[in-house]
Amino acid sequence: MAAKSIISRPVYGTLSPQPGKHHLFVADAEGALAIADLAAKAPTDFFGGAHIIFIPGRDGKYAEALEALKPAQLYLGHSFASALPRLKQTLANAHMGLRLYLAGTEGLIGQAMQAALEAGIDHTSIQTEHSGSLARRMQCVHCKGITENVTTQPATCSHCGLLLLVRDHYSRRLAAFQGVCINAEDRSEIPPIEEVFR
Amino acid sequence: MSTGTTKLDVVVSDVVPVNELVTRFHFRRRDGQLLPTFSGGAHVVVEMRDGERTRLNPYSLMGSPLDTREYTISVRRDDAGRGGSLFMHRQVRPGTEMVVSYPVNLFSLDLRARKHLMLAGGIGITPFMAQTAQLAAQGGNFELHYTCRTASLGTYADLLRERYDRRVRLYHDDRDERVDLDRLLSSQPLGTHLYVCGPSGMIGWVRDRAAALGWPPETVHFEHFAAPQPGAPFDVTLALSGKTIRVDEQQSLLEAIEAAGVDPPYLCRGGVCGQCETNVISHDGKFIHNDHWLSEEDHRSGCKIMPCVSRFEGRSLVLER
Repeated sequence: MAAKSIISRPVYGTLSPQPGKHHLFVADAEGALAIADLAAKAPTDFFGGAHIIFIPGRDGKYAEALEALKPAQLYLGHSFASALPRLKQTLANAHMGLRLYLAGTEGLIGQAMQAALEAGIDHTSIQTEHSGSLARRMQCVHCKGITENVTTQPATCSHCGLLLLVRDHYSRRLAAFQGVCINAEDRSEIPPIEEVFR
Repeated sequence: MSTGTTKLDVVVSDVVPVNELVTRFHFRRRDGQLLPTFSGGAHVVVEMRDGERTRLNPYSLMGSPLDTREYTISVRRDDAGRGGSLFMHRQVRPGTEMVVSYPVNLFSLDLRARKHLMLAGGIGITPFMAQTAQLAAQGGNFELHYTCRTASLGTYADLLRERYDRRVRLYHDDRDERVDLDRLLSSQPLGTHLYVCGPSGMIGWVRDRAAALGWPPETVHFEHFAAPQPGAPFDVTLALSGKTIRVDEQQSLLEAIEAAGVDPPYLCRGGVCGQCETNVISHDGKFIHNDHWLSEEDHRSGCKIMPCVSRFEGRSLVLER
């Protein structure tokens, strides 16, 4: 569970069925469990109007559990990047009455929300539930490069190589936490590196 | 202590009858300067000094926000109301000096929207006059569905059709024309925001259908100025000021408090903004809540009242004011 800190640090809730005509789910790995929990609370015909975009990850678990819900559409993707065109296309053709549910890792929730914001959905209208890894998507504020799956504090920018303090300061527009050089005064000063975002 | 209601000294520059019920009033600043800027959906509170009585009624600004040489409002005559609209229709002439508040917007456009879907009923068209002008100037995407009783009471319908052509759709009650609301709400592109202004029954209907069809609450905007309703006179004790006052049949509780020399906060005077919310210390009787601000729970608890529009019937009422 992500701890509460500064106001820009996203907080997540628990998925619950919303009134609507269509229901779009985007989830990865253990995010499938959040969808299954929601299914237990949903009206019987709920998944007849549902589209699930699921990225199972390496171990390939949970896909069957989602299939059992009999959604109108179930798409299994190899990665978020490979699922993104489908998500964008779905949003571009959608009408008001579509509800969006995001579940799983922070990187997936953030990037799917970024696509939703671009399609005109307000972030407060989106249901989210976090599960699994707390690994962060980080933007280097110096070179603007994005480093995926950051687990350490501090972390090295995979583009310019600066050692960065991974802040709780989050950008919804970029779907990334901000990384700021931790030793700008003296680059030879290397603080201890700990794995904190597991 | 009328928060945000700094006053403007204005003179009526024109009075234009629009149809059998509606008259338009134009105000300019007495000092000849430009008026403060406003955005579509804003209203001003107009002070009506009628002999001993002062009424303060909110009216939506209906001119283009791009033109601040004058403010324009349209007033629908309400023969059964408390007399504010009749005062405007009968006593206000070009050249009359009046006082209006600075504009306040409790019904603003959400400019992040991809599209603005507007539903107007009757005189509820006025805020949309300003909003459509604002959006048209920016190339904004909007669609207006306007229901009126008859063509001759379709205030500004012709003007809107002329300005915006097919972006305006008219529905006439006397021809049994009705908005196909479910179909309309279900065919809007993602990122549409909904705006509704009209009679409270219409607002309730549209909000309910939008919620049922999956419109998130933050995409649904509404404005309903509940004009204060007349009612039986009642007595109120103002505990902090140590005064006991009588609220007359044609007076609102807020107006009676002001007439007693107490200056409570207010903004919209129409039961929507929340500024005049007042705690009830004790009561023996029944509240007549007419506001859109307090929750149903607040209404049931009997601990709060919005004195701008709500009344009381019973033996005693003590307010923390």
